[in-house]
Amino acid sequence: MNSLKPILQLVICNLKTFLREPEAVFWTYGFPLLMVLGLGIAFSSSTGQPIRFDAIEGEAAKRIVSALQDDPGFQVIVNSEEVAFTRLSKNKTPVVVGPSDNGGYEYHFDASNPEARAAQAAIDDALQRAAGRKDAFPSKEVIVETPGSRYVDFLVPGLIGMNLMGGGMWGIGYVLVDMRLKKLLKRLLATPLRRFDFLLSVVGTRLVFFIPEVFFLLISAYLIFDVPIRGSLMAITAMCFLGSLAFAGLGLLSASRAQRIETISGIMNVVMLPMWLFSGIFFSSERFPDFLQPMIQALPLTQLNNGLRAIILEGHSLFSQALPISILLAWSAVTFVLALRWFRWG
Amino acid sequence: MDYAIVCRNLYKRYQEGNRIVDALNGLDLVVKAGECFGLLGPNGAGKTTTVEILEGLLPPTSGEVEILGCRWGTGQDQQLRERIGITLQETRFPERLKVWEILELFRSFYTHGMTTEQAIATVALEEKADAWVRDLSGGQRQRLAVATALIGEPELLFLDEPTTGLDPQARRRLWDVIRDLRERGRTVLITTHYMDEAEKLCDRVAVVDHGKVIAEGSPNQLISQLGGEHIIEFSLESNGANGIQPHDFLALPPVIRAAKEADGFLLTVAQPHVAIPAVLELVDRCNGKLNSLTTRHANLEDVFVSLTGRFLRDE
Repeated sequence: MNSLKPILQLVICNLKTFLREPEAVFWTYGFPLLMVLGLGIAFSSSTGQPIRFDAIEGEAAKRIVSALQDDPGFQVIVNSEEVAFTRLSKNKTPVVVGPSDNGGYEYHFDASNPEARAAQAAIDDALQRAAGRKDAFPSKEVIVETPGSRYVDFLVPGLIGMNLMGGGMWGIGYVLVDMRLKKLLKRLLATPLRRFDFLLSVVGTRLVFFIPEVFFLLISAYLIFDVPIRGSLMAITAMCFLGSLAFAGLGLLSASRAQRIETISGIMNVVMLPMWLFSGIFFSSERFPDFLQPMIQALPLTQLNNGLRAIILEGHSLFSQALPISILLAWSAVTFVLALRWFRWG
Repeated sequence: MDYAIVCRNLYKRYQEGNRIVDALNGLDLVVKAGECFGLLGPNGAGKTTTVEILEGLLPPTSGEVEILGCRWGTGQDQQLRERIGITLQETRFPERLKVWEILELFRSFYTHGMTTEQAIATVALEEKADAWVRDLSGGQRQRLAVATALIGEPELLFLDEPTTGLDPQARRRLWDVIRDLRERGRTVLITTHYMDEAEKLCDRVAVVDHGKVIAEGSPNQLISQLGGEHIIEFSLESNGANGIQPHDFLALPPVIRAAKEADGFLLTVAQPHVAIPAVLELVDRCNGKLNSLTTRHANLEDVFVSLTGRFLRDE
């Protein structure tokens, strides 16, 4: 049976349609790059910035200003009590410092905000030292700037994972429902094309598409932010392939019965939302409480992100990533079987 | 005699919400190899359901279907699909593919068939071969759809309402394509709710209503079954003569059938030269005043009216 020719033709047609749609090209290549650029710049320049905080005008404020005026690490803004507290409540200043009854200082800040907490500790420390407190032992600050452990390094594999998820879900789910709506699926069904070959071509298209997507982002991050690529390119490709396969399966399953664009959009958002939240795209998934961890670790994007970080940032081999590989394969198998069973053509 | 399509006692029942719809109620159909056969009827008569069952896209609730001597679902579907070509009532091909690209894609599904150039020439789309689907007119898209149906050189072609929504010129171009196919010996099953289309294109037609074939034969046969081949349509001025009913005209000997139209009457007659004076006399006797009167040859539309008492064009 010569089923390669129709599959190849379908993949070529999908590629042409994609490349002729500038919007699709932007969302696939431009948008993720802008995200890396934006977040990379926002978080890489945060070290070295002075802590800006408010002091309530009066005697205490004068003492604070004179104590800290030579320290480049602080910038004091003197305001009336009313203005200072308004600024605090609007999050425009992390800490408001005023006089306390016993001649010291009072720090007003939101304890649930880690930035405010750190600022308060640093301010108190500096003021105590200025007032004559001696350190028990000398300490030294070593600022970490090594590529591989910065926020942008953490971010890039997460964005690649997120992109593979979005690409698989939209690239397959949306496209299939659109074809169903336009009666194209039915039209194809009326030809000798085998159903399985058609679905294979849809998934195949995705598996061709992911390679430029991944490497465009990875190489951009490498060139702009010096994000290290420590693992082998083969291992990275293989991990992304497994991720794409799992999300292709999820996309296929999501689209298996939906008859309207609204339905498929809703389904895909419901499927992707937990992964956007929990799967460690922007911050580590280990920050969530223990009782959520089994659920979080079972999500395909969590495993893809873990696997990608281990390979890209730590240089692990593909074969050391048994857990991500097996969970991604399990998702692929289950979703493909269910999608093939439920798929509706008309 | 070879039969391209034989279907017997076809039933199709849908569940739509908690309403049960009987789309087909024992439909029988026989299409001979090499003929152009028209499935005629108002919207909702069951034409599309019938063709989709014949095309193997929809399972019937009960009944038998034989296409080119094969049955769907007996392990020959793949081979059967090689031998038939279809157009759906509406297919929207990808907007950003070119005409030849779509045909090349469809060509790849068939083990044998014509070249894309031949298919493009058959439907006279040479000028648009390199254009995106997005830039095609409705008629051109429809011809592209016909080309995708032809590319595998099928023995049997299903065209579901191929000219619906097209302007008169585009319709005539498509008719040329279909006539050309028939001349080349292809079997064509076409559904339409345009009676003139069926009269011009089809060797035989079946009139479908409420999921059943209510008449079958060549267009001329069906028209002559009316008993009279002429139609008199006339209307009266609204004041006076309101009492005249269609059955009053039936008493006149040359009138075979009489029906009320939206703004007048429609009589089927054998001999207009006898009927018209008789009709005028009756109108006069009832103090009616003629507003308009025309005569014409009977057509398939009149066949439908005489069979159902309803007008096709009103539906």
